[in-house]
Amino acid sequence: MAELSKTTTEREPILQVRNLVKHFPLTQGILFKKQVGAVKAVDGVSFDLYQGETLGIVGESGCGKSTVAKLLMNLERATAGEVFYKGQDITKLSGRALKAVRRNIQMVFQDPYTSLNPRMTVGDIIGETFEIHPEVAPKGDRRRKVQELLDVVPDLGLYINRYPHQFSGGQRQRIGIARGLALNPEIIICDEPVSALDVSVQAQVINLMEKLQDEFNLSYIFIAHDLSIVRHISDRVGVMYLGKMAEIGTDAQIYDHPTHPYTQALLSAVPVPDPEVRESRERIILTGDVPSPANPPSGCRFRTRCWKAQDKCSTEEPLLAVPERFKGQDTLAAHDSACHFAEEKAILAV
Amino acid sequence: MSELVKSPAIGDESPVPATSAAPEATPKQLTQWGEIRHRFVQNKLAVVGLVIITLLFITAVFGNMFTPYDPGAQDLENTLASPNAAHWMGTDALGRDMFSRLIAGTRVAMFVGLASIFFAVLIGVALGAIAGYFAGFADTLVMRIADVFLAFPLMIGAVVIILVTGRGITPVIISLAVFSWATVSRLLRSSILSVREMDYVHAAKALGASGGRIVRTHILPNSLTPVLVYATFNVGTTIIGVAALSFLGAGVPVDVPEWGNMLAAGQAFIGVHDYLWLYPSAFVVVTVLGFAFVGDGLRDALDPKLR
Amino acid sequence: MLRDNISKQDEGGGVTTSEILSVAETGGGTAVPLLEVDNLQVEFKTRDGVAKAVNGVSYSVSAGETLAVLGESGSGKSVTAQAIMGILDSPPGRIAGGEVRFHGRDILKMSDEERRKLRGDKMAMIFQDALSSLNPVYSVGDQLGEMFRVHRGMSKKDSKAKAIELMDRVKIPAAKARVGDYPHQFSGGMRQRIMIAMALALEPDLIIADEPTTALDVTVQAQVMDLLAELQREMNMGLILITHDLGVVADVADKIAVMYAGRIVETAPVHEIYKRPSHPYTRGLLDSIPRLDQKGQELYAIKGLPPNLLRIPTGCAFSPRCPKVQDICRTEIPVLHPVTEQDGTELPGRGSACHFWKDQIHG
Repeated sequence: MAELSKTTTEREPILQVRNLVKHFPLTQGILFKKQVGAVKAVDGVSFDLYQGETLGIVGESGCGKSTVAKLLMNLERATAGEVFYKGQDITKLSGRALKAVRRNIQMVFQDPYTSLNPRMTVGDIIGETFEIHPEVAPKGDRRRKVQELLDVVPDLGLYINRYPHQFSGGQRQRIGIARGLALNPEIIICDEPVSALDVSVQAQVINLMEKLQDEFNLSYIFIAHDLSIVRHISDRVGVMYLGKMAEIGTDAQIYDHPTHPYTQALLSAVPVPDPEVRESRERIILTGDVPSPANPPSGCRFRTRCWKAQDKCSTEEPLLAVPERFKGQDTLAAHDSACHFAEEKAILAV
Repeated sequence: MSELVKSPAIGDESPVPATSAAPEATPKQLTQWGEIRHRFVQNKLAVVGLVIITLLFITAVFGNMFTPYDPGAQDLENTLASPNAAHWMGTDALGRDMFSRLIAGTRVAMFVGLASIFFAVLIGVALGAIAGYFAGFADTLVMRIADVFLAFPLMIGAVVIILVTGRGITPVIISLAVFSWATVSRLLRSSILSVREMDYVHAAKALGASGGRIVRTHILPNSLTPVLVYATFNVGTTIIGVAALSFLGAGVPVDVPEWGNMLAAGQAFIGVHDYLWLYPSAFVVVTVLGFAFVGDGLRDALDPKLR
Repeated sequence: MLRDNISKQDEGGGVTTSEILSVAETGGGTAVPLLEVDNLQVEFKTRDGVAKAVNGVSYSVSAGETLAVLGESGSGKSVTAQAIMGILDSPPGRIAGGEVRFHGRDILKMSDEERRKLRGDKMAMIFQDALSSLNPVYSVGDQLGEMFRVHRGMSKKDSKAKAIELMDRVKIPAAKARVGDYPHQFSGGMRQRIMIAMALALEPDLIIADEPTTALDVTVQAQVMDLLAELQREMNMGLILITHDLGVVADVADKIAVMYAGRIVETAPVHEIYKRPSHPYTRGLLDSIPRLDQKGQELYAIKGLPPNLLRIPTGCAFSPRCPKVQDICRTEIPVLHPVTEQDGTELPGRGSACHFWKDQIHG
């Protein structure tokens, strides 16, 4: 895995996201609704995903990371932009073509309590996958396939006839993972897959996901707000703020050589139990809250909370690119960062 | 895939589901209905209610085979007789046997109650499902129509309809159904609106499930519970409605043996021949309680999260 | 049978948790702690039997001190807090034994009326979800002012001035302009500040904060936690911080109690626990958290699941998941031993409910 990620740039991406936009209209009116504005949940996001890697996407609530997941899954229709899966734009697909693509892109949801139909048994939940895609498993073979999938995720094999409420959160999340694997997809989009779980169970699920990735050569998009977990599992990491990508790079680039002030503030705020890490790192406490995505600041969206903000930041939107000063340099700071005044600042002692 | 071995790092030693409902970690499983029945029978009041309803059903279907007298037969020699060995619940002002009339009234009450709820649910579920699933304009339209019907008090609306159509069993069923469906469709709509945002619906969509499948296997089974519970509760309420309409003189024709009619006839004798209104009241009250108990038990038993 | 065994051990174990804990704060002095929880037991009646949520918990907090209670869901950390506050849902909950002494008086024996007077005035609580804890139909000024009107009999005008003062104190910008706003008009971080303001309004002696920053974003978490710590210092209150995340409370807590299956399994001054945990559960918990400052290998995972409170394992409740389990662990419930250095030097404030604590901390 580690070797592969170093050569990501030379490989063909399996998923290319270009200028993805999702605006949710705000409406008024009793019988006839009229649009009075829009929540700009995702506002021009681009990134690539390579075969076999994990791309982590971090950000605070309201940054649009979960909407990105829904757009990639076609659960929401994109307002604009493209998502290319092996060269084919999947945002415009529907019907049979979309169904075919879905076999290759699956999802694991955040809340193990709402992601499984409470009126279906575990066997039926996973078996439904084969009813929808009968070509994957012929009718007589389904029960066996379901059992096989349950055997892949530990300690569920015996409970094919049980209902979701009879399981703990961690076990349910594994059922969700088994369902995601059923169609043998290439890409799994994980939307906060462990944030609802207890700490001691989180590690079990993370380890399982890593094991499955190796076994099935899966590519993950791992969306989370916990920066420690994202670093652990990701090869590359993108940081989102208010519908835009602020910074994206390899895990070492983002965590050890962040150049965007928002990333730096995030890293300095993450609670860590290790007293040495706590004491050695710089503390940046941001003032204020995240502005509303219905009415984002002009120019750079982070400027209202940024200690480096200048006039230029309110008028000119910074583009996501390698900052001029680091261009051509052989440094880990030379990665895409959407800041006019990008500079390296080691938050965590290396 | 079958050659994959369990990873010892993750494997549980004791894979007992944390909140197992089944007594122990036996892979043997209750079916879903088995589990619902299990939870239902644990609720003693619900069982009492079920016994009441069952008895009422049997009475409604077979009661006429056992009535000692023809419920319409007048015995003018023997009017307003207090309860005695020949007439267990006495006779009314026309000498008709109260017991036989109450048994016959059970059939009317159950038929009208169930039929009007049936039609209310039929209309309500159809329109509620459209509103909830298609959202947008269809939703707005259905809900505004529902508002109009909810704005009328049930009794007044029903009386108006019956004044137009004339008294009879069919007009009573129609008018009660017309003024009850709106609640059903609101219930179903709000329940669908919350269920369709559940991740398991998203998951089914992500798997490529068709709209029909999603509605059939995911949305409806999880959103019908409140409707079922409401309908059960409301059979009782509707039976009161029938009796009330008849009592007001806007229900079934006076000669039909019906609890409301009997109450109306009995009110003239309050304090003199109390059995004339006591027995019909008792039938109404017991019936309503029976359906309420069952509705309550169903609500608890059908909720998969409440154990 | 077994239960008798447990309580005997708890009573006869020589040293109770609160004694171990109080060594640290008073240095062996005689000052009465602000709050002492002594062998508290709480049960919940469920359809499937009695769930033993809290099984003999003892801890103490002094004025100006912060105790962090760390545990996963079902560990009993929140139930203990609810029992202290007197807001336990009962039924189904029931306090099955123990004492809670506040300023030396057992508040579990007080009348409902007396306890109601304590709440808000002398002890207050901050909840995780500020939006559902605030009443949406009253302005925040009304809700803050109500504290003064009800408990202090202030006039409407005075209480409003007090509300503005409080909002200033918790650093809500433009307090004067926003005093008439409703809860939904504030962001998550601001709402949690309002909750803190409400809890602090009457300058209570004790604050219990149940996951106060869990629902907040990381960049806001730090602000709120710092504010809470600062106000606590200023007002010299006792603070109990209930959390599932050691990282969140590490900077502000003085001492920590780790709970598992309704018992305290380890106590320690907060800066010591990370380096040298003395209980295998604490060790496993710390090892299973990925690191922010470096990319690790496979995560250590505690095997199995937290216990079902209806069927807590015999002996040590952690034994089915423990990597170092021995026969004695399955039969005998370990008491909270005082933890010492290898040469016998006392480690003030440290305790471990593991039969093999010596191996754990020294081995």
